[in-house]
Amino acid sequence: MPAIGHKRDYSLVGADTAAAIASGLAAAEWYHTEIPRKQMKELMQRSDGPALRDTALWLALIGGFAAGGIWLWGSWWAVPFFAAYGVLYGSSSDSRWHECGHGTAFKTQWMNKVVYQIACFMIMRNPTVWRWSHARHHTDTIIVGRDAEISVMRPPDLIRVVLAFVGVLDAWHATTGMLRYSFGSINAEEKSFIPAMEQARVFTVARIWLALYVAVIALAVVTRSWLPIVLVGTPRLYGAWHMVMCGLLQHGGLADNVTDHRLNSRTVLMNPVSRFIYWNMNYHIEHHMFPMVPYHALPRLHALIKDDLPAPNRSILEGYREMVPAFLRQLRYEDYFVKRALPPTAKPYREELHVLDLGGAPQAAE
Amino acid sequence: MPEWIAACATDDIDTEDVIRFDHGTQTFAIYRSPEDRFYATAGMCTHEHTCLADGLVMGDIIECPKHNGRFNYKTGQGKGAPIIDNLKTYPVKVEGGTVFIEA
Repeated sequence: MPAIGHKRDYSLVGADTAAAIASGLAAAEWYHTEIPRKQMKELMQRSDGPALRDTALWLALIGGFAAGGIWLWGSWWAVPFFAAYGVLYGSSSDSRWHECGHGTAFKTQWMNKVVYQIACFMIMRNPTVWRWSHARHHTDTIIVGRDAEISVMRPPDLIRVVLAFVGVLDAWHATTGMLRYSFGSINAEEKSFIPAMEQARVFTVARIWLALYVAVIALAVVTRSWLPIVLVGTPRLYGAWHMVMCGLLQHGGLADNVTDHRLNSRTVLMNPVSRFIYWNMNYHIEHHMFPMVPYHALPRLHALIKDDLPAPNRSILEGYREMVPAFLRQLRYEDYFVKRALPPTAKPYREELHVLDLGGAPQAAE
Repeated sequence: MPEWIAACATDDIDTEDVIRFDHGTQTFAIYRSPEDRFYATAGMCTHEHTCLADGLVMGDIIECPKHNGRFNYKTGQGKGAPIIDNLKTYPVKVEGGTVFIEA
């Protein structure tokens, strides 16, 4: 299995980019579990109901916890309110960004667009940049030199991983990116996945956001209070931990440079609270195989195709018990990855295809 | 010169659905609208090489199964990112229970 035999170059305009294109790994055909068209159509059907319910609850909880925090501002009793508010702002916005970006959360497209814009602001992701980077992520999932959203590169930088839980580096990159975009500049890597005709949108939104953040800071100065900053912007730091906790599990410690999502993505069974915050993205193999299926239908999709997938991790903790040792081994040997066994009912991994794609020798890694 | 090609029987497509039709080196998508009319477009998404017949038809819209890009399949118009280029459409006629496309 994948052994690339050299230091990975994660640049989107570097040596591994050219290698991925030359080997056919870029924009490749990916493995899909066979599902009869009739069942697939049922799973893909859109509905406003579940997302309207979940969004109303989400906004009500955000408003309620914010109100409680403001009411109790100045006392330690405000802390649990802001802790909850922070997760709803700094973590739930990730899944709302994701589902509404796919346009699958709501049946009515303007609702997807409105929630997408709100969630992008909260998670500090430029709506245009991240729409296109995510399209690339689905085309070339964890293909080195192509995927713009590989969160843990090899060998893993564990300091960055830990800092991600408090959003420090993400927020820094988001802020410097916003400033750069607001001056009308995007870099060569971004140009590699954002079409020229879309780039003006990047700059417009960045300028609006910059004005909003300046207004929030001005309000804090005028009122001589940290409260505006605690409510807007910094929840991306103190509330990011749940997003990172779940997000690392999506692909962490698994294969790269393969064309089978069963090898590079992870499905983890989670508690209902985390699934609400995460909008069912714990069914991550299923999502990557069939991005047309809305979040609320992913449990049904999982039930339908689970016999063709590796067994899901049964909890977040179990997922970490699989992923963290893989990260540690990758520190010494970056070609290492976790290869999960398939059930006897599944179609086997196409080992020869993945070896061929990479032009490398098979590499045992169980 | 374009010619009329028999693509499928009308019964081959459910209402508000799409099927794939290959002819020579070309791939087409044949649609049956909710109003029970037939339409044809190029079979592959203009964003990336993905078969539209695996996607979802919703009213006048076909959504690509890979990146959720949307087109109006009656006009071929792309409906926003990640779609930049419109979809080619083809004339369609129905005769004797057979759907023909002019391509």
